[in-house]
Formats: sequence, structure tokens, C-alpha cells
Amino acid sequence: MDLSIFLILVQDGITSGAIYALLALSLVLVFTVTRVIFIPQGEFVAYGTLTMATLEMGEVPTTAYLVVALGVLAGIAGMLTERRVITTRRLALILAETVLLPLLILAATALLAPRKLGLPVEMLLALAIVTPMGPYVYRIAFRPLADAPTLVLLIAAVGVHLALTGLGLVFFGAEGSRTTSFSDLSMTLGPVLVSGQSLWVIGASAALVVGLFLVFDFSLIGKALRATAVNRLGARLVGIEPALSGRIAFGIAAFIGALSGLLIGPLTTVYYDSGFLIGLKGFVAAIIAGLVSYPGAALAALLIGVVESLASFEASAFKEVIVFMVIIPVLLWRSLLHAGIEEEE
Amino acid sequence: MNRLVMIGVAAAALSLSQAASADGIKIGITISQTGPGASLGIPQAKTVPLLPKEIAGQSVEYIVLDDGSDATKAVANARKLVTDEKVDALVGGSVTPASIALVEVAAETKTPFISLAGSSAVISPMDDKKKWAFKSPQNDALMAAAIADHMAKKGAKSVGFIGFADAYGDGWLNVITPMLGAKGIKLVATEKYARADTSVTGQVLKILAAKPDVVLIAGAGTPAALPAKTLRERGYTGLVYQTHGAGNNDFLRVGGKDVEDTIMPVGPVLVAAQLPGSNASKTRAMEYVTAYEAANGKDSVSTFGAHIFDADIMLQNAIPVALKSGKPGTPEFRQALRDALEGLKEVVYSHGVTTMTPTDHVGQDARSRVMVTVKDGHWKLLQE
Repeated sequence: MDLSIFLILVQDGITSGAIYALLALSLVLVFTVTRVIFIPQGEFVAYGTLTMATLEMGEVPTTAYLVVALGVLAGIAGMLTERRVITTRRLALILAETVLLPLLILAATALLAPRKLGLPVEMLLALAIVTPMGPYVYRIAFRPLADAPTLVLLIAAVGVHLALTGLGLVFFGAEGSRTTSFSDLSMTLGPVLVSGQSLWVIGASAALVVGLFLVFDFSLIGKALRATAVNRLGARLVGIEPALSGRIAFGIAAFIGALSGLLIGPLTTVYYDSGFLIGLKGFVAAIIAGLVSYPGAALAALLIGVVESLASFEASAFKEVIVFMVIIPVLLWRSLLHAGIEEEE
Repeated sequence: MNRLVMIGVAAAALSLSQAASADGIKIGITISQTGPGASLGIPQAKTVPLLPKEIAGQSVEYIVLDDGSDATKAVANARKLVTDEKVDALVGGSVTPASIALVEVAAETKTPFISLAGSSAVISPMDDKKKWAFKSPQNDALMAAAIADHMAKKGAKSVGFIGFADAYGDGWLNVITPMLGAKGIKLVATEKYARADTSVTGQVLKILAAKPDVVLIAGAGTPAALPAKTLRERGYTGLVYQTHGAGNNDFLRVGGKDVEDTIMPVGPVLVAAQLPGSNASKTRAMEYVTAYEAANGKDSVSTFGAHIFDADIMLQNAIPVALKSGKPGTPEFRQALRDALEGLKEVVYSHGVTTMTPTDHVGQDARSRVMVTVKDGHWKLLQE
């Protein structure tokens, strides 16, 4: 391996690492706020790309109908959970969030999709379709279990993952899709050919990381999320509704997932079940950061990306083995460092 | 649309199984409508409604079950089909692991079995169990020989290989390595990648460093397009070969201009309309393509669905012979059906012509493959 190959591989690794970083951040966010290890995160990536691909063909993606169906289910779940405290105002809010909103999204999609209004409009539509699925999934699957042990939440997450993957196969078929590149720009930096798309990926990831930082440090919602993450009971005592925090966390996670999907769509072919492996690598990064540290997770994700890229050159048959083995020394180190601390439950 | 058809198939299978008559022939089908093999199993499931409902005066009932590309599930399906439905023949196993597992069930229950998987391991080396197993898709070796021949004709001296890091890629590597050796072509790089990989830059750089004359990509379906794209991006200008696993229209859709001029061996069905009139399987191939596209829309056909069509043609030829020895639903009939399948001679189906022998249960020759290339985003038959 000479220097030029090394640089190409590092650049390639950073591009994938930037996507893993986004997913790792949303996994950390969801875990700290709701204690859910959010395995279905990757499904939102696949849904994002495939919804975009369908929109590019000028058709209404089936996911637009799924949002309505999930919304109605979430509405029912919401009313059941709140049946003792329901007021007219709360009922109206739930209905607006779970019935009116998805119907509006469906109407907008049906109206705009056949006109092929170009990349920006289609991207916004794809984000609008996939993002609400996060809060709905929370209402349906996780809100009723909010006080259950982490293990129960994990099993529920596996269930959601299997359901979303199965639906993905029905909606999009077994073959993958690729979407149009944001820019055809490519430039040569020394020996490295940098494509416009990879700049977009890295730029968007960096912007999102900064954005999340600003939200968490300066906005009321961000502070509420952080408070829930630090201490759920304490947050409730000062008037923060943990369920609302949960919905917001899932919403952000779905948004980040869909955005990641839009970013990698032009780089690679995405299948209905591609999301799982991508999400899993984000998960490895999140684990390295102990599922709590955002900067740690982002750095670990970049490391995973670069390790993966180098491994694919040196020993392609063992690439995945090498990537996932990175987790073992980290776990060893962590368990030696924090010996004796037990889970509270 | 897909969903409607699948629901239709399920509903049809259900209503048929409820209306089961005592004297008809029953064919049990277990295929991969979900899971990693879904791109094979879905067109196969859509082909079932096109199959004849009557063979040699007997009503035929097809019972379709999904095995999720999982060998254990396939075995459970097969046992259910044999014990509950008392099927006369088993068809299926869209993927090789499922098919290999089904051989056991077929032998144990003495039920003739036609596999829809690519690997020759399903039917060879022939033994007491595999004598109940037959196969309609082409063996990898038949396709690999065509690629090795073509490379030699083009004067290639070295080849770079990149394939799936699973049974498909490994199988191809094992089959083609000795063939390349015999032609004096050197394998200068062997790289692996996974179906879900988002980048193969590392592998491609390594191949390029070895400076091969040609590159062979052994992947199935749309994932086979990724290495081709990366090779072009990195400025590779030599010939790129693909395997027949990439032979569907989704590969062209995803590959776009990056897979232009790719060369690959495929079953005749893929280019049915371009086949010369002298080609033996032209009529059957056109029959299949027309029926499939009438039901599922233009350009929807794939070669994978045709394998179940061909399995049924084998049964259509064997059943009249077997009926002389016993009534459907009896062990005598199943034994006779197995013997009749083994005795098939020059049976023309959509993927060529088959002549079975006691040691060869696929029975194909060079008529079961054609070489194609991609021109302007369409398949084009290469004259050999």
C-alpha cells in the first residue's frame, strides 16, 4: 500500500464514517433519553433512500400510506395510554399529530410526486414522509413500555426492526435502488479523487453535529431532552414530560436516519434490508462511546469507517469480522475500567 | 402491484388446497419469497399462476409456501407439504442451502424433487439420496466455462476476481479457477465483498494494483453493479465480466451507464426476442416471457422465474409416463415419476434442452446458455 492508495482509502473511510457518525449520534440520543437501544434506526436509512428513489420516478411511495397507517395506530395507542387523563385539548393535539399530519403529508406527496419538481422538493418530501414514523413508532411500541427494563425495550426494538424490514420488502421489492447524485462535481486533490457527493456527506454530517450541539446547549427542547437523559424522575418533577422527550428523540432519530439515506443513496445501492448493517456499524461506534458521549460516538464512527476501508483493501474476506471485532477490546477496556458497577434493575 | 399478485397467489393456493380433490396431482413448492433470496423467489412465485392447471388429463394443484431463504424453514415446509398435503413432487429451494437441505427430505419421503438453485452440489456427486433430486437452472460450471472460453478468445492473460463473500462468490471462484488455469489465464487478484457493502473502493484499488487484463465480478442481482461502478470511477477500461446471477433488469436499472459493455453468460430467456429462429428454446422462452409480461407488466421478466416454468415442463413430460404405473398420491406414482424424470430425453424448455441420465440430473449442454452484453442500457445477444 503506498501513500496515494492510503489517502484514497482514508477519504473513502471518512465518507462512510460520516454516515455511521450520524447514526451513532441518533442511537446515543435515543438511548440516553428513552433507554431504548434503537435497532430499527437503519430501517429509516433504507426507507429514506428508497422513498427518494420512488419519488424520483414520479410515483407516490407506499411509505406515504404507511405514515398514515402508523399515524392512526399511534393515535389509538396514544388515546389508550392517556385514557385516564384525556382532555378535549389533548385529544385534539393527538388527532392533529397522528391523523391530520400524515394525511397532509400524503396529500402533498400525491400532489407533488407526479410533477417531478426536482431534487430539493423530492428530498423534503422524503424527509417529511419518513420523519414522523419515528414518533409514531415510539407511541405504538415504546411508550406503553416506558418503565420496562432495558432488556424488554431491546426486544421490542428487535420486533420493530423485523416488522419494518418486512414492510420494506413488500413496499420496495427485493432489488435495490440508487438515487441521483446531488452534484457531478469531482476534483483531484493530489492523488485523491474527491467526489461532490462525498463532500456533501461530510458537510451535511458536520452541519448536523453542530446543529445538534446548538440545539442541546441553547434551546429549551434540547435542554429538556438532556434533563430527561440525566434523570427521568427529576425531569418529571420540574415539569418535563418524558413521553414528549421520547417522541422528540425518536423524531430526530428518524430524521437523521432518512437524511443519511438521502446522503448515501447516490453513493451505493440501497436495499430494503441494507439499513441494518449500516445501523449496526453506527451501533458499534455508539458502544465504543459508552452510549453516552456524542463527540466520542462521532469520533469512533470515523474510526470504524477508516478501519473498514483499510480492511477492505488488506483482507476483504474478513472485513466485517475486523470491523465488529473492534468492539471487543473496547468492551474489555470499559469493563476493566468500570468494574463492579451493576445495572440498577 | 407486487403485493396484489402475491396476495393473489396466496389466496389461490389457499382456495386450491381447500378444494383439494382426491384424484388430482399435487405439486408442493417452497421458495424464497422473503429474505436474501427474495429477488429469486418473488418472480418464481409470480410464475406459478402461469403454469397449466391440467397435465395429461389430471388436474394439477400447486401449493406455494415461503421459506424466507432459510434452509430450516424450507425443510419444515417440505415436511408439511409431504405429510399434510401428500404432494406428488416437490419443487423449490430458490437458494442453494435450502435446496441441499431439501434433498434429505425428498430422499427420506421418496418424493421426486426439482431444485431451482444454481449450485451443482444439489445433484452431484450422485448418490442414493440425490437420485431423488433434479435441477432446472444451469450449473455454475456451464456458465463459468463460457466465461473462460470468452476470455481466452479475447486474448486475456490475467484476470482479477471480485465476488460475494458467501457461498455464491466462493462457489464461482472454486469452479472457474481450474478452468482459467487450463486456458493459461492467471488469476492475479481475488477480492471479496458483501451484498450490503456501501463501498468497494479498497477491493477495487487492490485489483487495479494487480493490473489484470479483464475483471470478473461474481455477484447476484443489483449488488453486482457496485464493483462495476467503482471500477469505472477509478478509471479501469478493460473488459468486465459478470455472472448469470446479475441477469435481471434491475441490474441494468441500478447499474446504468456503469455496466455498459459488460459481458456475461445467461439463460436464453433473458434475450428471448433476440434469439435466432434456429435456437431450440426460442419458442418456449417467448411463451414464458409473453405470459409473464402479460400478467406483470413490460420488462418485468427475469430468468429466475423461468426456472420454475422449466421445472413444470419437466413434470409435464414425466407425468404422462408415470401415470401408467400408478395413481397420483401413491408411493408407486412418486417412484414412477422419479424414474420418468430421469428418463427425460431432449426435452426443450425455456432455458435450453435437457437430457437426463442416471448420473446427470440437470442434463444441459451449451444450448442452455448464451453470451450477452449491455448496449445502451439493454441486453444484447452476442454472436458466438
